Amino acid sequence: MISNSPPAGSARPPVADLVRMAAEVRLQVVEAMTPGKFHHYGGSLSETDLMVALYHYKLRLRPDDPGWPERDRFILSKGHSVPSQYVCLARRGFFPMSDLDNFKTLGSPLQGHPDMRKTRGLEANTGSLGMGLSASNGLALAARSKGLGYHVYTLMGDGELMEGQVWEAAMTSGHHRLDNLTAIVDRNGLLTTGRTEDRKGLEPLADKWRAFRWNVLQIDGHDMAQICDALDTATATKGQPTVIIASTTKARGIPFLENQPGSHNAMLTPEQHAEAVRILESNLAALEN
Amino acid sequence: MMATLRGARDGYGDALVELGKENDRIAALDADLSKSTRTWDFGTMFPDRFFEMGIAEQDMISTAAGLALGGFIPFANSFAIFITGRAFDQIRQQIALANLNVKICGSSAGITQGPDGATHQSVIDVSLMRSLPNMTVIVPSDAEEARLATHAAAAHEGPVYLRLSRYDTPVWREADRPFRIGEAEVRRAGRDITIASTGVLLGRALDAADQLASQGIEAEVLNVHTIKPLDRRAILESAARTGALVTFEEHSVIGGLGSAVAEALAESSIRVPFRRIGVQDVFGETGLADELLAKHGLTAENLVVIVRELVAAKDGATGEDRPTAARR
Repeated sequence: MISNSPPAGSARPPVADLVRMAAEVRLQVVEAMTPGKFHHYGGSLSETDLMVALYHYKLRLRPDDPGWPERDRFILSKGHSVPSQYVCLARRGFFPMSDLDNFKTLGSPLQGHPDMRKTRGLEANTGSLGMGLSASNGLALAARSKGLGYHVYTLMGDGELMEGQVWEAAMTSGHHRLDNLTAIVDRNGLLTTGRTEDRKGLEPLADKWRAFRWNVLQIDGHDMAQICDALDTATATKGQPTVIIASTTKARGIPFLENQPGSHNAMLTPEQHAEAVRILESNLAALEN
Repeated sequence: MMATLRGARDGYGDALVELGKENDRIAALDADLSKSTRTWDFGTMFPDRFFEMGIAEQDMISTAAGLALGGFIPFANSFAIFITGRAFDQIRQQIALANLNVKICGSSAGITQGPDGATHQSVIDVSLMRSLPNMTVIVPSDAEEARLATHAAAAHEGPVYLRLSRYDTPVWREADRPFRIGEAEVRRAGRDITIASTGVLLGRALDAADQLASQGIEAEVLNVHTIKPLDRRAILESAARTGALVTFEEHSVIGGLGSAVAEALAESSIRVPFRRIGVQDVFGETGLADELLAKHGLTAENLVVIVRELVAAKDGATGEDRPTAARR
């Protein structure tokens, strides 16, 4: 049922394979989110395609040697949507898939928000928003200072961009021309209580990043070919950091949750959960045929 | 002979350069205060490991976390109130919770910051940092102790808060005294009362002990340079032996040394007269360091008065009121 992961950080897998993997990951994410409890469906599913492209194509990792100094670094700055990352880490062999059964329960290594001291394969602690880009800058500066060739990636929410520290950090990356750093914005357009543009407008977002001396790429965050192309362009860009603004749909894949602010942190009834699983299974089956 | 007067920050700056020469993992970050925080020399000598972050303390702390993740031992610098207050959430989540090897260096701490006034004076930084799991909190009393504390902090694996004053004093530290994190030092032995002092007030505590000796009161002076982990054993042992205890700090009595000692004392079986001398739950204000210390009662003279009250309470107690020593 679940395909073996291809080696990442090598040749790009066929797009169809990555698309199918993303469908598998969405299903596994929702299966890990037990009904009757609140879970961050919206962001976990809007970012899934980005996460799959990173973990199953772009990131150079050694799951059997997680401390490998030359490994690429990925920091999920929007820590609440860690379920997609947990699934990808498990699929890459950082921990058993069975750990997902205990997600967000007492004593589980899979905490509600990322804890690098408890989960193998995580690179930082995140959850309180707006801090991941600064830490990524630190890792990128360290690589430059030590002459290491790893690339640093960070994924942020669009709502997270309302945190002032993001722009302090953006200024730092631009000032230091950190071309070994790529930021990705999961631009699903929604906060927990409404649209970003109704609450505190982010647009013109691309212009903001350009003004902070960044190379800006704008893509459809659910188009796997565009995602992979953008990641390749980002790592090939020299002299400045690149941000990929990925337009996404919150809770992508579950029609009755899609594009609703309430999907940010939602509780499904057992019936709703079963329906979501059924939809994701049928999506996957359609891809496998 | 006129002793050279220097502040803790000066010894810190010296140590940073020494560390930079011997260990290429040592890095420093500053937020446009490097001349004041004394990271300037390090930055000049090791430009590849010095990161001037501009006026952005939150970004600085989180970047320090990233540098630690990348294998450096970063020393992050700003004024104590900004680095602990403005960047508190970053310190909490990315350094203390993640237990990263970052040294947080709060300069111009306390009311001895002086004329800049309440906005720039930190009387709550120890309280904030002490509340964080995994955090070690060190308050050096003079330039030489700050130098040694900086070396000790670099050798310690994990987050450390170094509280550094700009208040110039002589060096009180004996040349051959080793510095050990977590060790309260008996800097003067005595039998009548224990004075637990931290930071730049040590000289005033020793002065007070001299004055008290001439009045027939032998005070024991402890230099509690490490607020966390607190050397409870040494402090309680001394208090049990002398029968009275006073804390002396240039910080709010809420959350600093006074609080830490009160907690230890209350949970022990020792019952002795006890007072906390410090900033009494108020903000600072503009003034010269010495004027402000006097206004807040942080003088040898006031310490003498309080000690005499405590010793009198001890001696005046009879029967069931008599304070009891530890029954350990």
